[in-house]
Amino acid sequence: MMKQFLSFVKKEFYHVFRDKKTLLMLFGVPIMQILLFGFALTNEIKNSKIVICDYARDEATQQIINKIEAGRSFEIQKTLMNHHQIEEAFKEENIKLAIIFPVNFNKDLLHLNQAQVQIIADASDPNTASTLTNYATAVIMDYQQELIKNSTLPLRIVPEMRMLYNPELKGATNFVPGVMALVLMLVCVMMTSVSIVREKENGTMEVLLVSPFNPVMVIVSKAIPYLFLSIVNLAVILILSVALLDMPIKGSFLLLFAESVLLIITALALGLLISNVTQSQQAAMLISMMGMLVPTMLFTGFMFPIENMPVALQVFSNIIPAKWYYTIVKSIMIKGLGFSAVWKETLVLFGMACFLLVVSLKKFKTRLV
Amino acid sequence: MKEVVIKTDKLTKRFGDFIATNEVTFEVYAGEIFGFLGANGAGKTTAMKMLCGLSIPSSGSASIAGFDIYKQTEEIKKNIGYMSQKFSLYEDLTLLENIQFFGGIYGLADKQLKEKSNELIETLGLKSEAKKLVASLPLGWKQKLAFSVAIIHEPKIVFLDEPTGGVDPITRRQFWDLIYAAADRGITIFVTTHYMDEAEYCNRISMMVDGVIKALDTPDSLKKQYSATSMDEVFYNLARGAKRKSD
Amino acid sequence: MRTLKFLLRKEFRQIFRNKALLPLIFVVPIIQLLILPLAADYEVKNINISIVDHDHSAYSQQLISKITASGYFRLADYSSSFQSAFNEVEKDKSDLILEIPRGFEKDLVRENLTGGQAGEQKLFIAVNAINGVKAGLGGAYLSQIINAYNTDIRLQWLQPDKFNAVPVIAVASSNWFNSFMNYRFFMVPGILVVLVTMVGTYMCALNIVKEKEAGTIEQINVTPIKKYQFILGKLIPFWIIGMFVFSVGLLVVARFVYGIVPVGSLLLLYGYLAIYLVSLLGLGLLISTFADTQQQAMSVTFFFIMIFMLMSGLFTSVDSMPRWAYIIAKCNPVTYFIEVVRMIVLKGSGFIHIKNHFLVMTGFAVLLNGLAILNYRKTS
Repeated sequence: MMKQFLSFVKKEFYHVFRDKKTLLMLFGVPIMQILLFGFALTNEIKNSKIVICDYARDEATQQIINKIEAGRSFEIQKTLMNHHQIEEAFKEENIKLAIIFPVNFNKDLLHLNQAQVQIIADASDPNTASTLTNYATAVIMDYQQELIKNSTLPLRIVPEMRMLYNPELKGATNFVPGVMALVLMLVCVMMTSVSIVREKENGTMEVLLVSPFNPVMVIVSKAIPYLFLSIVNLAVILILSVALLDMPIKGSFLLLFAESVLLIITALALGLLISNVTQSQQAAMLISMMGMLVPTMLFTGFMFPIENMPVALQVFSNIIPAKWYYTIVKSIMIKGLGFSAVWKETLVLFGMACFLLVVSLKKFKTRLV
Repeated sequence: MKEVVIKTDKLTKRFGDFIATNEVTFEVYAGEIFGFLGANGAGKTTAMKMLCGLSIPSSGSASIAGFDIYKQTEEIKKNIGYMSQKFSLYEDLTLLENIQFFGGIYGLADKQLKEKSNELIETLGLKSEAKKLVASLPLGWKQKLAFSVAIIHEPKIVFLDEPTGGVDPITRRQFWDLIYAAADRGITIFVTTHYMDEAEYCNRISMMVDGVIKALDTPDSLKKQYSATSMDEVFYNLARGAKRKSD
Repeated sequence: MRTLKFLLRKEFRQIFRNKALLPLIFVVPIIQLLILPLAADYEVKNINISIVDHDHSAYSQQLISKITASGYFRLADYSSSFQSAFNEVEKDKSDLILEIPRGFEKDLVRENLTGGQAGEQKLFIAVNAINGVKAGLGGAYLSQIINAYNTDIRLQWLQPDKFNAVPVIAVASSNWFNSFMNYRFFMVPGILVVLVTMVGTYMCALNIVKEKEAGTIEQINVTPIKKYQFILGKLIPFWIIGMFVFSVGLLVVARFVYGIVPVGSLLLLYGYLAIYLVSLLGLGLLISTFADTQQQAMSVTFFFIMIFMLMSGLFTSVDSMPRWAYIIAKCNPVTYFIEVVRMIVLKGSGFIHIKNHFLVMTGFAVLLNGLAILNYRKTS
């Protein structure tokens, strides 16, 4: 029995390793995703083009401008523009923000104790607009604080801020756990469903099923290579994110591994289910891609916050296995928590895995008679 | 002197090291039914694809209806019809729509097109099926339809690549009636087949083995030459020496 | 011309007869346009805050009610210790902790009045920064609220002249083109572009490969149809469908569901769309020349669409990307179209403002179609 089983598993490995295109998909996609999400896609706002219209050209404006330039890397140009010109520049996407110092800025500040600065943002991109406005405002406020440092202002409340887990506010910290969930889901679901449906299409499934081998074992033997490959994939992702993106693994590595295997099993079961209800490789692929990719990307919460969604979608997000895994990975990798913090999520994931396995195996069996 | 419509000279096609068709030279005369025989993998389809302008020869020359297969492929295409091994009408169009489409792209005028499609459907006896999707037809009818569509523009030559594969004997018989009718109208028929009884229907046949033409003559003289009673025997005698494995 | 007429008639018949395809072309994009913008909302709001109030004073209460009234924050819980608040953060129940130390009010006000010297009170804020953007903005909002509260207290306690003795810089900020900062105004045009891109590329690539698989392309290849006729016969139907899907998305869904009325010229927008669709279909065509089976065409298209989508500036700003990624993004036709749609629809940009975009897209159209035509052979 064991020998037969091994020969089945071996056959599956041959399939996988002979198919160069699938292999490319298997390992190319995760690496590409990590690189894109880790480096290219950041929610940070950098290199934005800002124009400073300094009509005052005095000591105060010069100091503020120096501060703005010294801060983050923005592309700052200094020209005088009127409102119409600013609008034109916005329309050409040449600038994102305009800061305007009126004439006599410093004079007003010193003599009237009151000076005006105008900030105009291109709010067609609201997040960039508010981030840039906040930044500019903060720099100006900072300057104001410096001015009055000596002339003691009473009743001062000083907020002291600490950024937990990710002091540099790196984008990768948020994305990597999401990409892990995304890749494992996608690869496992698609690969298993396509490989089983391929046997159906070729008619080889019938040959396997008439063999004296237990049909459940046929399925298990199909799943093992993908389980193995997914673990390799997981390792690749983890090595890349630790080595290239400086991601921490604060919690127990063993726990992370075990939870990942749980997700992989859930995904394999889902792939099996898809393969049961579809007849062609094309349909299997379409369902796995469209039905898995978009919901996993949206409802895991790593790209868009779930709490902003309408209630119906928030409820829906609970049936996405990757969402639970994402929470678990964040807790273990970044927060360094132990099993006691993630047992609930683990239980949900475990429930999903059992449910999917039972349903798909049942479906598979009924198809035999 | 009979008019030559297909003339090849040392026509060769190589795929890497593999020579699919090796220096094939023959002539086909106007109005004849020319059988192009050979085992699977002997190089028939490759040769036929070169003649239709679907595949560029590696070396050698050929002319179809007086046009050069290197330089005048577009002229050739106006003068030939082709029916491939794989059924290749649009399954999601109706009979009538298929006829009109192919007639249209061969440049038939509207009036001509209308007459032609009526006539065609009449001869095939498919009047009640004319508005049905081709996918719903049985294979035999599909094949007859595909043949009719291939000669809708009255080409000089029509190439048929195993046209009767998987079809029952009665339909095959009917199919050959269509072929004879076309030949009577002066269309040259170039046909490949596996069925040796069909080979007997041809005016002349060529036997291809391992990419080379081993024999070319009328069925009767071939039988005499190989002192065989049937074409089956001729085929066995010739194909036995094949080195290529049939697949 | 006549040949083209027959080819087009055939394509349209096939498309409208394909019951599986039709909903994919017409219904799915609309549904996605209805759901995706709801889900893809990056506006930073609903920040869960845990407050640890050791002071329990009138002042701390005032501050807390100011925070909860701001609309940005949702009071997740009231903890008695920092540790228990931190537990909430660990459980993802809370994003931000504000700790008000014991004696906050007393030290700030009473000592100030009696001692007459500058009182300085600290507040401790801890932000869950796993999501950097949310953390940054959340922190900034909270600081602003505390600042405003600070000013209130001063006004309450100090003589106006004393308060005025310090220089104050008033920042007047205004948001143009989208004054309510509606994030959907930003997302809907972008999502629409991605949907049109997906429909166009997939359909075009799959359609041609389907003819390859069915063998009908061979039948076409032996006919006198010219290469350009065949390609035009494939491009025109999908071009029209792309136009149609975009129009429904923009003029119906975006208009009536999201209230987005294009500010700029529709003619200009459609002019750009026309060129964009040509280059997109060129890509589909190019993919179809490489793929032999529908499955291959699908994986390849999927791969490209995914990169195109992520690198298009749809979700994240292209300007913020590192140099190499920025270059890739600039070689991506989707990037340009998303930019143009946002520019014309939201800002009312005119031809002068986007003439470079026009040039680039024309370049893409010529390049992709040129490659596809070179690669497409009637003979082997």
